[in-house]
Amino acid sequence: MEFIQSIDLMQLLRCFVVGGLICIVGQVLIDKTKLTPARILVVFVTLGAILGGLGIYKYIIDFAGCGATVPLTGFGANLAKGAIESVKENGLLGAFIGGVKASAGGIAAAVFFGYLASLISKPKMKKQ
Amino acid sequence: MNRLGKQTIHFDNPPTIVETASIVGPKEAQGPMAGYFDQCLEDEFWGEKTWEKAESKIIKETVNLAITKSGIPATNIDFCFAGDLLNQCISSSFGLRELNIPFFGIFGACSTFVEGMCLASICLEAGAANNVLCATSSHFCSAEKQFRFPLELGNQRPPTAQWTVTGSGAAVLSSNGNGPFITHITPGKIVDMGIKDANNMGAAMAPAAFDTLITHFEDTGRKPSYYDAIITGDLGHVGKDILEDLCKTKGYNINANYDDCGVLIFDKSKQDTHSGGSGCACIGTVFSGYFFKQLREKKINKILLMATGALTNATTSQQGESIPGIAHAIAIENEKC
Amino acid sequence: MNPIETQKQYSDYVDKKSPNSPILKNCFNAFWVGGLICSIGQIIFDFCKYKEMDVTASNTVVSIVLIGIAAFLTGLNIFNKIGKFAGAGSLIPITGFANSIVSPAIEYKSEGYVMGVGGKMFTVAGPVLVFGISASVIIGIIATLFA
Repeated sequence: MEFIQSIDLMQLLRCFVVGGLICIVGQVLIDKTKLTPARILVVFVTLGAILGGLGIYKYIIDFAGCGATVPLTGFGANLAKGAIESVKENGLLGAFIGGVKASAGGIAAAVFFGYLASLISKPKMKKQ
Repeated sequence: MNRLGKQTIHFDNPPTIVETASIVGPKEAQGPMAGYFDQCLEDEFWGEKTWEKAESKIIKETVNLAITKSGIPATNIDFCFAGDLLNQCISSSFGLRELNIPFFGIFGACSTFVEGMCLASICLEAGAANNVLCATSSHFCSAEKQFRFPLELGNQRPPTAQWTVTGSGAAVLSSNGNGPFITHITPGKIVDMGIKDANNMGAAMAPAAFDTLITHFEDTGRKPSYYDAIITGDLGHVGKDILEDLCKTKGYNINANYDDCGVLIFDKSKQDTHSGGSGCACIGTVFSGYFFKQLREKKINKILLMATGALTNATTSQQGESIPGIAHAIAIENEKC
Repeated sequence: MNPIETQKQYSDYVDKKSPNSPILKNCFNAFWVGGLICSIGQIIFDFCKYKEMDVTASNTVVSIVLIGIAAFLTGLNIFNKIGKFAGAGSLIPITGFANSIVSPAIEYKSEGYVMGVGGKMFTVAGPVLVFGISASVIIGIIATLFA
């Protein structure tokens, strides 16, 4: 109960709107450009990394929280942020360590859960 | 056998289509054509472990059914022409490996069924065989896997996309018989009008269908009104519309008696199949299930059957190549001519 | 209608003739589903903060939980229905990345657990990692030059 009361509703609203708007950009790309899903994900992750590298994306995160970190642009920005921070500690070596280290949780989870799902699930016909 | 015009062959002793068979998947079984097929499956695996095995089983059982229905012993069938969409035509060759009939594996994408009937007719007319079998298959799941995306991927299909028919059609052709006869064949040229959108196959294939159709009319001197029905394979709603328009540019109006198997097999409004059905089995099952019976019951007497194919694969579309189309036509009539 | 001679004429004609995607409806669905997924992430994030985790760890937990849910729904053949409805709304959030890894893993199970599942797992999502990681390395190198 105490937790539910602690949720900042305005923060949640900003998150909803910004996250939704980022998805609209993706939807316009799908409908107007005939890019495949894989290419759209690549566009978003690269764009996020560039915005993160330029230090712009963190303002969007400050404003929208998970509305900016959950979309794949956030994944890209996180890779860039990790690389930059690691460079400060380790120099050039950090460029190679930082990005993957910062997003290791997500990547490992996707690989592990993916393998797990393939063990328990079987391909099924789409109904529509 | 004699040549008419540029690319049409007329048969003096036209081969008879003795019998056909069709088996379809569950989605097709919910479509408007359901009542005409020999067998409707309840699940796409049909007890097999993989989509590929399921497709092989479908073509195998369809071929066996066609042979049984024809009353011709399998030992008296001289050749088999079969093909499908999977790489190296494995559905046909794996499905028919125990058939014990000399086998020609052919690839014409979704035009395979009529391509096989063209070759079989020449074979029969030339006296090289007395009875020949033609078969083809396609499977939604194996085709999606090979040509597009995994089934579980949460993507959207654009309105021009088509739905690969799960099923198989087979026909037994004989040099002796009382019809329906294959009186003419017009094998088509490869036509490429530069369409690159793999989600708009109807538009990619329509120019090939147009080329073959007009050539058939010019070679034979026939008009669209000569036929009771002009049927294309899998142009779908978009491609059908385009073909009707293209024909008007040459002064032919085919709207009155023209239809497309991809349009007929699904109910667009209820089944969410977008532009309609596609795949080798689209024309294979709709002809075998519906039009052949209409011909035999003399409800229609003259039909121009034209299968359309998109000669593409996953590699060429990734390399940005356009999609070459092809269309083969055969005239099937209850009277020799 | 005039005769069509060139590929350009045909391509223009086909564009006119082909039905368009219902873009307004698609955008609306993408907006609210995408927003909802992000909001679920936000609530998980707030919970982590409530449990006194730091921001970086909280963000990682959000990613792992959303990826886990997406993988589970993909395995139950539910995610493709959400994806068909929401389009970019479920593709763009981290859930879409998870779905693009899990779906080939399930599809290619028939080719075995090593080369099928293991080998084909990244057929759709591989480029995301290649471009994302490469971009981070380049940005890191640039950062070194300015340090």
